[in-house]
Amino acid sequence: MHIPDGYLGPITCGIGYAAMTPIWVIASRRVKKTLAARQVPLLAIGAAFSFVIMMFNVPIPGGTSGHAVGAVLVAILLGPWAACIAVSVALVIQALLFGDGGITALGANCFNMAFVLPFAGYFVYRLISGNSPVKSVRRVIAAGIAGYFGLVIASLCAGIEFGLQPLLHHTASGQALYCPYGLKVAITAMVGGHALVFGWVELIVTALVVKFLQAQDPSLLGQETGAAS
Amino acid sequence: MKTTTKLWIGLGVLAVLSPIGLYLPAKFKAGSAWGEWGAEEMKGLVGYIPRELEKLGKLWNAPLHDYAFKGWENLGFRHLSLAYVVSAVVGIGLCVALAFLLGKLLSKKENGR
Repeated sequence: MHIPDGYLGPITCGIGYAAMTPIWVIASRRVKKTLAARQVPLLAIGAAFSFVIMMFNVPIPGGTSGHAVGAVLVAILLGPWAACIAVSVALVIQALLFGDGGITALGANCFNMAFVLPFAGYFVYRLISGNSPVKSVRRVIAAGIAGYFGLVIASLCAGIEFGLQPLLHHTASGQALYCPYGLKVAITAMVGGHALVFGWVELIVTALVVKFLQAQDPSLLGQETGAAS
Repeated sequence: MKTTTKLWIGLGVLAVLSPIGLYLPAKFKAGSAWGEWGAEEMKGLVGYIPRELEKLGKLWNAPLHDYAFKGWENLGFRHLSLAYVVSAVVGIGLCVALAFLLGKLLSKKENGR
């Protein structure tokens, strides 16, 4: 889902940055209010976890490959605004140092993976977990489903951004200037891959870590999620 | 052992295991992620390279492009894996440093509750 340089035209890239600027400002303010000094290591672990889990490419045999993002897990632990910051950190490092995701597309990539993904996932998590106890099975299931839907909804956003390009930018003869695939193909490919395979990886990763933390240190789970203990 | 200590260890384990993310796509003959093709790959797919895509694609030359060392591309899986693990460690280190910095700047000053 890391859109490289050259796939999105100036309008989409501009909107990406324009959308992320206020989101980053609000995220900083929210995190300033809610993040305790002792949670800073968790923020760092969250950013690093998101970075490294994205390296685990999973194949669709004979097709494309993709990966989980870990954003919903961070949102469950620290809240969606802190997750936005943690995943943005990972995406910036990936773009600058590893050429994974473009510089021009960084705003759009952060919008998809650092904003839509953790917020959509967090919403689903809160919706399903309700006020169930921190150590309940329901929370593990909620976390998994939240991871799945978060990733699929983010992939839909990426698919729309890709698919708009041939409409927005083309030569007189109809050749695309940026991403050559239209909405139908781009959305089918992005959502298809993530709904069939990569979303399940996010589901498993998110659910497993929540299960692990329930056994290890349930206090980490109760802080952001309005859980009864 | 503190939970955060276990999580740090977990990150280390993930870094060491990261070449799985290199091995599985190769093993199952899967290509790049959708929409992340190089210019030549694009030519094979649609018959031409979109003009601006080709130009902008060269905008940034990342030092560890594709989590690999330059010039090591054809040295085989072991070398690629080594570069991948090094990339994971470097990336984790930088993410931790940057997130710590931001966290220190943003977090409430008092220790704990």
